[in-house]
Amino acid sequence: MDNKVAEGVFFLTGKDFSNAGIASSNLKGVLEGMNVQPDIIRRTAIAAFEAEMNVIIYAVAGMMHYYITPETIRMVVKDMGSGIPDIGLAMTEGYSTAPDYIREMGFGSGMGLPNIKKNTDKLDIDSVVGGGTTLEFIIYLNKDSKGAKNETP
Amino acid sequence: MTLDEIKNTLNAAVLSKKEDMNLNIVRAYCADLMSDVLAFSITNSLLITHLTNTQVIRTAEIADVKTIVFVQSKRPDIETIALADTKKIPLLVTDLSMYETCGKLYEKGLRS
Repeated sequence: MDNKVAEGVFFLTGKDFSNAGIASSNLKGVLEGMNVQPDIIRRTAIAAFEAEMNVIIYAVAGMMHYYITPETIRMVVKDMGSGIPDIGLAMTEGYSTAPDYIREMGFGSGMGLPNIKKNTDKLDIDSVVGGGTTLEFIIYLNKDSKGAKNETP
Repeated sequence: MTLDEIKNTLNAAVLSKKEDMNLNIVRAYCADLMSDVLAFSITNSLLITHLTNTQVIRTAEIADVKTIVFVQSKRPDIETIALADTKKIPLLVTDLSMYETCGKLYEKGLRS
């Protein structure tokens, strides 16, 4: 990867399905432009896309920040949503509260948060019922800087 | 298998423009749940699905899926085809069911 840093933010609108995925697609382009390793790009893009879809499906609006250094990709996804009452349950593969029309689009199968955890090295979830959810995840770019993988929040 | 061999095996129509029919595909994955595609598909593979909305193209782009086959004569709309063209993801549609599609490709040696 190029020895560069980058940061940016995408603004997300709830239920805007026609634009869903554009932020993650653009982020993928940023990483490709920085010559990040393809497997790291794929992991980051998948985690970002799942987080982006969660905001669009469940929240009124949200923001997706990225911070890229030669060592890490850190992302903070903050939404104005209803919050997650039981994070442990939400982390269970297959658990979902998505309505049928979301499932008909191929989403809401209860794999979003587990997929984010699977593809990142560190994941923190902070959620307040009625106040929204903030996800922060880190992907290490070098094996040397890698810490404990996928700490459960 | 090449894209051309896949097209002939499935008697499929190619929906997007200017495809490289010699594109080589070595793996396939079948799903209607996009999170499953993100979780379990293999990079540079073929996706077999019933879903035809734009989210399938977005998911394919994110998961590095190389090409998509829509089964059971499900045809995506113009918006979806245009997005696939932009992302350079070839789209095929076959009259075969998902079961038959997977079976025929497996028979020809394409594995997941």
